[in-house]
This record gives sequence, structure tokens and C-alpha cells, in this order.
Amino acid sequence: MASVDIIDAAKSFGAVRVIKGVNIPIGDGEFVILVGPSGCGKSTLLRMIAGLEEISEGQIRIGSRVVNDVPPKERDIAMVFQNYALYPHMTVADNMAFSLKLKQAPKSEITAKVDRAAQILGLGPLLQRYPRQLSGGQRQRVAMGRAIVRDPQVFLFDEPLSNLDAKLRVQMRTEIKELHQRLKTTTIYVTHDQIEAMTMADRIVVMHDGIVEQMGVPLDLYDRPANLFVAGFIGSPAMNMIKGSIRNSSFETEKGNHLPLGNAPAASEGRRAIYGVRPEHIHLAGDGIPAEVVVVEPTGAETQVIVKAGGDELTCVFRERITAKPGETIRIAPELKVVHLFDADDGRRLSA
Amino acid sequence: MTDAVQQVAAKPARTGVISWHSTPRRVATIYLPLACFVVVLLFPFYWMTITTLKPNHELYNYKDYNPFFVHSPTLVNVKKLLFDTEYPQWLFTTMSIAIAATVLSIFASVLAAYAIQRLRFRGSQWVGLAIYLAYLVPPSILFIPLATMVFKLGLYDSPFALILTYPTFLIPFCTWLLIGYFKSIPYELEECAMIDGATRLQILRKITLPLAVPGLISAGIFAFTLSWNEFIYALAFIQSSEKKTVPVAVLTQLVQGDDYQWGALMAGALFGSIPVALFYSFFVDYYVSSLTGAVKE
Ligand SMILES: Nc1ncnc2c1ncn2[C@@H]1O[C@H](COP(=O)(O)OP(=O)(O)O)[C@@H](O)[C@H]1O
Ligand SMILES: [Mg+2]
Repeated sequence: MASVDIIDAAKSFGAVRVIKGVNIPIGDGEFVILVGPSGCGKSTLLRMIAGLEEISEGQIRIGSRVVNDVPPKERDIAMVFQNYALYPHMTVADNMAFSLKLKQAPKSEITAKVDRAAQILGLGPLLQRYPRQLSGGQRQRVAMGRAIVRDPQVFLFDEPLSNLDAKLRVQMRTEIKELHQRLKTTTIYVTHDQIEAMTMADRIVVMHDGIVEQMGVPLDLYDRPANLFVAGFIGSPAMNMIKGSIRNSSFETEKGNHLPLGNAPAASEGRRAIYGVRPEHIHLAGDGIPAEVVVVEPTGAETQVIVKAGGDELTCVFRERITAKPGETIRIAPELKVVHLFDADDGRRLSA
Repeated sequence: MTDAVQQVAAKPARTGVISWHSTPRRVATIYLPLACFVVVLLFPFYWMTITTLKPNHELYNYKDYNPFFVHSPTLVNVKKLLFDTEYPQWLFTTMSIAIAATVLSIFASVLAAYAIQRLRFRGSQWVGLAIYLAYLVPPSILFIPLATMVFKLGLYDSPFALILTYPTFLIPFCTWLLIGYFKSIPYELEECAMIDGATRLQILRKITLPLAVPGLISAGIFAFTLSWNEFIYALAFIQSSEKKTVPVAVLTQLVQGDDYQWGALMAGALFGSIPVALFYSFFVDYYVSSLTGAVKE
């Protein structure tokens, strides 16, 4: 086990700067998830940690060692690839034993480690099969088994669940989390799925376009997104965002309506801003803002309703069953404590 | 896929129309073309065989004897070929030279193709292109400068003259074939092996080559066949009759002046093609898979 420190790391492919200087300290034994939209450079950063891409600028440390010029095989890491990258011509057992055989570990040790990993992952009966004879979930598990037998300092996962169906994905999520609790190995996990990130991570790093937008524990990102990007990325359905300005301790939208504010930030009178409120933080209220129902989508436990309030469309999620039909008017109110305000120019959170 | 097709075919709505799977249709679309193909391909072998088995008087008299059949088969031509000439020796020489040239070429091609496809060194594409261009230079031009080199190296009239010159056309060919094959092996597997602790050579030996076996086999077959049938270099660089390869020896030793010993010639050609045919049929599955598809999973 080891800590990983990414210090001002940058990566260019030719003239294109893909990673634009990121700083991520990762503690020993931590489970950190890099999340961000497709193409933001998550895989590239992970591959830089693995040693599969050169580091153009900055430093990456594993433990106390700077690994910029250390080849992958000496970094003592294990990586699980998106397509699993199982060796097709080797059995499951040989796939898992490959790295140990290269290290010329004694046969008894190899067998013991492979058996232990197989037992942890429930792969016992499959050891003599070939990858092509396995289902997607089983392949996924073999790929993890191959990482486990190495007993490395750091586990790296690159979107390991994206090729599985929805149900299996939920199950594997739990398994990976349990595995981490059991082995306590530092883990860096890449995904584009914010729900995966929220449910699994000790800490989330939100990336966008080669930079780190925010780092923090999952609920922190949800409760206090540092900027518009994080606010829109974390949470589903996405946060409602309305342009306008702050006037007399309330928020005036561009269309001239007024939305309530708990306590407006100091010295912000007249400031142009963006009002953010999550769908689940809008409630029915007798004295609330009138809003016209556009679409009602019951999901059972909750009802998602899209309404038009003063020309702005809002998504709301109610615990109550909604009987209103499209075209009817309901009265809604945002929960004032959890209303977010962002600067209209640079998108940063206004301290409120 | 096939299920769906069969279901469509089984639908009663299709009665009255000739179904895709009806016997006449199958005959017309599959068996007839296949039969033509087989006849065209096998006829030369048939011709070689009957010519081998015909006595001379029958061979030259197509008015009294139907030329497509053998009337009084004889092994006299075979006997003459095997016992009155050095044919077994030629066969052995050809085999040894073809195998040696093939092994040498595959070895060099594997390293070249791997380097060009995977190491991506500066200018690797240009090296690939240059190798391909080298392949385009016809042997009929190359054999003159090569002859000078062979003389200077003192290899004239030795099997090494051929073992070392055949790779000049085998390596470019095999390299190109293998570059294509290596490309089809996911690079991720190699990256994974790299993280698992393998060196480049270990990756090549334990991951890439085992997965490239079909490609290696088809490169091997090509190289072997090309060496086996090679004519110009074998004609130019070998003089002693006992060191000649089959294609050359058959022609130079069994055609004396204007006397074509057709029976023995054909026997020589027939026996000469047997090893290649065996080689092909043995590896045909790999061969087809390497030309049509690549590593799955
Ligand atoms: N080898 C490469 N050469 C050039 N550009 C690359 C290379 N690898 C990735 N990129 C570019 O870097 C960006 C980030 O890629 P990647 O790290 O794979 O994103 P993510 O994993 O977040 O979806 C993309 O715009 C991609 O096109
Ligand atoms: Mg990626």
C-alpha cells in the first residue's frame, strides 16, 4: 500500500494539451474516483500513473518515490482495463498466475495466491476455462483476480463496469467496494458515471477538459459544488439553473420573476448570478410559486415533474404522488437552505 | 442469424416462389460453380498423373488412344525418375533449402514486423514502406547484382547461395503479412503484460507470438511455397546437377536437347507438388483464419 501524489502533472499529445496541470493527493488505502465526461482525460491520467503514457510535465509519486521515469513493471501497480485485456490463449488460472510466473515466484506460492484470489472472487470452478468461455461479469472478475494476486501498492481501474449490463453493474459495484474494504489497497478508479462515483468513492475528483474541477467526499460535492460544472455533473436528474441577478435579498430571473433566497451573500446586491436548485429540493407548498405542469413522470417511489414557472422550465422530484395533469397549475417552493448561487461570469460558487 | 433466415424460409407465404433453400437453387448457386472450380483446379494434377503413368508410345499417339485416359499404365517413368536420375537428392535439397529459408525469413520478419507495428520508433512507417518497395523489385533484375555478391562470398554452387538470397523476397512479404496480423492483436494485452512485469521480448514470446500463430503459419506456408517453386535464383546460382532444386533440375536434367522426357518430367512435377499440397492441407484452417479474421477477445 502506498499514497499517490499527482503534482502539477500535464500531458500533451503533440501540440494538444490533454491534461493541463492537475494536483491530486491520494492517501494510503484511499478509494478515489476520477469522474468526468467522456474525453476529459481521465484515462490518460490513469495511464500516466500506470506508466503507459509519459508524463509531459510535473511529477507523479507512488509512496515516496517519483515514478516519472520508472517503467510500468517497476511501479508495483495493477490495472484493470475497460475491455479486461485477458490473455485469450491462457486459462483463467494462467491469466492470474502470469505476473507471478514472470517474477519466478515458487510454484506453491503461485498456487496459493491464485487459489486465494479465486476464492475471494468466487472463480474456483472456472480456473481451467479460457476467457472466451466466460460471461462478461466473470471476465471482469478474472481481470480483478489478476490484479489481486499481484498484491500491488495501488489498484487502477479504467471504467471496469462499462461493458456490463445495468443489474450486474450494481452488483459488481458492491463487490469492488467490499474488496477494497477487505484488502485496503489504495485504489484509483475512473468512470464517467457519477452515480458509480457517488456510491463507491471515499473521495471523488471531478475532471473536466484536462483540469480538476473539484475534489471532495461524495456528499460534499453534492452539498457544496464549487462551480457550475460540478453542480450540473453531480446529481441526477441534474440541478436546475436559472440566470438572473440578486435584488433585495431575493433572486430576480432574467424574465423578471422572483425566487426566494435564504440569505443572500454579503455585498451582492445587483450582482448577476445563477440560481441553482436540485429537483429533489423543490417541494409542494400552498403559498409557493405558481407553476404550470408540463410533464408528469411517476417512477413509483417518486414523481418527476417538469413545470414552467415564470417562463423558466424546472425539473422537480416529489415524494408525494402528483395527480395534477399537464396544463394545470401547482404551487412549489425551493428548500432555501440548499439553494446554490453561482457567479454568472466564471461559474464559481458564491459563498452562500 | 441463421435461425432468422430459416424462419423466413419456412414461412408458408413463400410457397410458389422458388425458396432460397430449394434443391435446384442450391445446385445452381453452390454445387455447379464449385464443381467447375474443382475441375479447373484439379485438371492439371490429373494430367500430370496420367502422363506419368502412360508409356511413351501411348503418349505420342492420340489418334489410337484417347488422351484423357490411360490404357496400359506403367511405372517405367517413375522408376526412371527415381533410380536413373538424382531426383530423391533434388527433393531433399529443395526441402532443406525451403525450410531453412523459411525459418530464417520468419525469424527476421517477426522482429521487423513487431518493431514496425509496436515500437513505433521515429520513421517506423517509412521503414515499413521501404521494405514493401524492396518487395516490388523483380527477381529477374535483382539476380544480376545478387550473383556478384554470391560469387564474392564464395557461395556459388552451394545451398547457402539460395538460403541467403530467398529471404530477399520472403522477408518483405512475410513482414507485411505479419504487420497486418500484429495490428489485429489488441495493444491493450501488451500494455497489461507490461504492467504485469513482462519485458518486450517476454511480451513478444508469451503474448504476441502465441496469438499470432495463424499469421505465422500462413507466412510460413507462403515462404515455403515461394522457395519451393523459385526458379531464377536456383537456375543462376547452382551448377552441379546433384545440388539443384526440383523445378530447375527437372527442366535441365530431363530435357536433353529437344528431347522432352514427358513422362519423367510429369512424374517429377507431381512428386514435387506433393509436399506443398500436404503442407497446405495440414494448415488450411489457420491459413484461412489468418486471411479472413483476427484474434477475437
Ligand atoms: N494517444 C493519443 N494521441 C492523441 N490524443 C489522444 C491520445 N489518447 C487520448 N487522446 C486525447 O486525449 C483526450 C482525453 O482522452 P481520454 O483520457 O481517453 O479521455 P477519457 O478517458 O476521459 O474519456 C481525448 O480528447 C483524446 O482524443
Ligand atoms: Mg477513458
